[in-house]
Amino acid sequence: MTDIIIHCAVALLFPPLLLGIIGKTKAAFAGRVGAPYLQPYYDLIKLFRKGSVFSETTTWVFRAGPVVTLSATLIAVLLIPLGRHAAPLSFSGDMILFAYLFGLSRFFTTIAALDTGSSFEGMGAAREVTFSCLVEPTLFFTLITLARMSKSLTLSTILIYPTPAIWLAAGASMLLLVGALFITLLAENCRIPFDDPNTHLELTMIHEVMVLDHSGPAFGIILYGAALKLFILGAVFVNVALPLATGNPLVDWAIFVVAMMALAVAIGVVESVMARLRLVRIPQLLVGATILSAFALLLVLR
Amino acid sequence: MSAFADQLLVLVMLINLVMLGTSRLVFSIRAVAVQGVILGILPGLINPFSGHLAGITAGIILAKGIVIPYLIGNAVHKAQIRREVEPFIGYVSTLLLGAVFTALSFAFAEKLPLAPEHKDLLFVPASIATLLTGFLILTTRRKAISQVIGYLVMENGIFVFGLLLTEAMPVMVEAGALLDLLVGIFVMGIVINHISREFSSIDTSRLRALKEE
Amino acid sequence: MLFALVLLPLIGALFAWVVPDNRLRPLTLPVVATIHLVLTALLVGNAPPPSPGGWIWLDPLGKVVLLCISLLFAVCAFYAVGYLAYRQKRSNRILCMGLLVCLSAMGLVTITQHLGLLWVALETTTVSMAPLIYFNQNARSIEATWKYLLICSVGIALALLGLLFLAYSTYVAHRDATLLLGPLMASARELNAGWFHAAAIFLLVGYGSKMGLAPLHTWKPDAYGEAPGLVGALLAGGLVNCAFLSILRVYQICLASGTEIHFFQQTLVGMGLVSMAFAAVFMAHQSDFKRMLAYSSVEHVGILAIGLGLGKGGLYGALFHLLNNGLTKGVLFLSSGNIHRSYSNKTTDVVKGALTRLPWSGGLFLAGFIAITGSPPFSPFISEYTIVSSAFIEGRHLVGWLFLLFLVIVFIGMALTVLPMVMGAPPTDTEPTDYEDRLLTVGPPFFMMAVILVLGIWPPGFLVTLLKDGAVMLGAQP
Repeated sequence: MTDIIIHCAVALLFPPLLLGIIGKTKAAFAGRVGAPYLQPYYDLIKLFRKGSVFSETTTWVFRAGPVVTLSATLIAVLLIPLGRHAAPLSFSGDMILFAYLFGLSRFFTTIAALDTGSSFEGMGAAREVTFSCLVEPTLFFTLITLARMSKSLTLSTILIYPTPAIWLAAGASMLLLVGALFITLLAENCRIPFDDPNTHLELTMIHEVMVLDHSGPAFGIILYGAALKLFILGAVFVNVALPLATGNPLVDWAIFVVAMMALAVAIGVVESVMARLRLVRIPQLLVGATILSAFALLLVLR
Repeated sequence: MSAFADQLLVLVMLINLVMLGTSRLVFSIRAVAVQGVILGILPGLINPFSGHLAGITAGIILAKGIVIPYLIGNAVHKAQIRREVEPFIGYVSTLLLGAVFTALSFAFAEKLPLAPEHKDLLFVPASIATLLTGFLILTTRRKAISQVIGYLVMENGIFVFGLLLTEAMPVMVEAGALLDLLVGIFVMGIVINHISREFSSIDTSRLRALKEE
Repeated sequence: MLFALVLLPLIGALFAWVVPDNRLRPLTLPVVATIHLVLTALLVGNAPPPSPGGWIWLDPLGKVVLLCISLLFAVCAFYAVGYLAYRQKRSNRILCMGLLVCLSAMGLVTITQHLGLLWVALETTTVSMAPLIYFNQNARSIEATWKYLLICSVGIALALLGLLFLAYSTYVAHRDATLLLGPLMASARELNAGWFHAAAIFLLVGYGSKMGLAPLHTWKPDAYGEAPGLVGALLAGGLVNCAFLSILRVYQICLASGTEIHFFQQTLVGMGLVSMAFAAVFMAHQSDFKRMLAYSSVEHVGILAIGLGLGKGGLYGALFHLLNNGLTKGVLFLSSGNIHRSYSNKTTDVVKGALTRLPWSGGLFLAGFIAITGSPPFSPFISEYTIVSSAFIEGRHLVGWLFLLFLVIVFIGMALTVLPMVMGAPPTDTEPTDYEDRLLTVGPPFFMMAVILVLGIWPPGFLVTLLKDGAVMLGAQP
């Protein structure tokens, strides 16, 4: 029971802090002081206090977009184990639900973007869908590989399965999975080198262009949902990459939170040292990630 | 130790994929060099130490890791070429083909019985996958230098398999094979140089004067 | 003694490197070649016992190939002196060195019993020949060199993988991994079948591409077409035979295994027929006579493969044909080199009436054509007849008839190119170059032509015994 409460609390309150840490890291690299760690929270509070403006050409789809996206993401967060603790909600085959919840949220984001009728947002939607076609196989291959190793279809089992012993025995596959997962993490959350979350008015961006017409609380929901998505994939990554378990639940929670913060710093570092890729190179890297995860599966199947 | 050898073999296969995906020649050359060095380290991991072994390790690292990359790098420098511009088949497609070939080589390796002490090692699939990757580079790229790199990758694939037999092979044969490879690459480097002088390019698709009418 | 076959040409190469004078340097070739020929004659007559460890031994198969190479090289060496006198503008240092290094490596191919060493030697011949194809240093020859180098290197690399598979098949059979012919043959029945089968395929593909068996022959017309005549002669008569000897070694092991041999023979016959078919198709309307000779070479490696694949009586024919083809190709390439020099063109559009302009070279080319297409009384007739008759004796009627059909097509195709070239009146609109037939450019091929005639009419007894010994090693009835 305690674990469930901690799970929900961490999952609901922690995500925006990750964005704050990433921002701070980037500021440190650029030699600036940067916004405070809690800035994303202030932004969210500010947005929720504002009123909304809806274009007359939009329909209910546009308003449903952010809400459905957030609720799908919220269900997904209940399915994944955090640290070494099983998820509050788990059943056999939930990994498929997990993957499709992402699909659902993406579908509503893009259809809401298309609903505005703006060619600009349509372009963003097209790109988002194209690239996600290439990202999804990676996620699936990764989950299948882990499922195969742990002989289970439950997320709580397969994500808690990696242990230091497994790492020693199947290091190559695990390393491949971690590489593929990191690329997925960056691509799914529209981070550099795939997309730049800070630009809003460039022809090259992907995700941000789709949410240009949202304002006020709706935009706040989108921002919060994005942070939550980063948190979820980050948690999957941390579970695979850092298979430490002490046995003491509270220490494990602490390890998990610290690991997530470290991951945020790592993302910040990547964003600081890398330039955004040219649009034509992105599929190449994504296909590369797919091959990495497929290769890991091959090694496990052998 | 053999588990570590396996991880290195996976790395060899990953380098294959990297080479299929990149257009930068200098990068490919470095990747081949890294592959060569890994090839040099591997025999030490699966065989007990001996003078023969040390000689092989030194020879492979020197030839494949240093001298040959230097020779090709030199040719690249002289021909003033940095990228493979347009291969006959695109990068993403060759990358996918490479992945398919890698999967096939795993299937192929299943068919051949290994000696008990090599049972769980990845030598055979790694060898075949590298061989096929080399072949893929050789056939899909236009630049003479890329073709030489493909040939080298192929040779690396063959060497990966040869490592299983390090103890059994006489030094003379291995040294001879390395020397032949070295001289072969040297001659290819010279030929590339002449091609670039003769055609002001090292694009082998320009070599098409000789054919049946 | 045997090592002298390898060392002598290397010393000669060193010497050729040191000599500064472009006129004197080619003289090292006939000197080395003569000593080499004498050594060969002594060794073939009285071979020393196998070296301790069994790495070096001149067996009958090696003797046949060595005899052919040494004789051909001697002829080419004398010819080279005369030929290079016309090419004084170009430094011949690399050419002389390359020829000698190649001779050394070819010698090593014939005397070694260790398949690994044989591979190394074969690869050395490939690499050392590459600069020679590029002797003319123009765009066409660089293209030919590139294709030759790349395709042959890749082929040879595949053969190396085949060798490793072979060694591993002994390892899996719980024996010491080895590549020595003797132990391999002794344990051939116990070798792991899967690995051995894979090894045989890779070796056949690898050495086959080096030998120029279709469909791995694509480099051949280019390389033969652009190389100087004497390099072409050594490629067609020397390197091809070395590659064939390597295939013979694999054949020996397959034979000893008892099971693999059927597959190997069938594949050889198939590839041989495909080679002949390719040659027959591409030889028609071939206006470049050097390329035509290349296709003729493809045809004849096909004949060799068929002879080997048929087994029994065909084996004697194949071994004899190895010798005949090598020498006849020598005559053709050397005399075609002379014609090329005189017209400075190698297409039949320009080259006409060679018999009038160059009675000796033209005559030799014509005689060579008659010999290579298998007409009596020259020796290729006998070897081809032996092979085709063994096909009918074995009941392989389809093979026999196809063989004859391809021979006829090749004859017609080749005649359509050769006859207009040799007969008729020389073109009046182009001036002949300063080349004229001299003793050194015509004598050597003439001598070789005489040898072919003698072999055809009265093959010397020791040679027949040698060929029979060789055929017995390949499984023929004694």
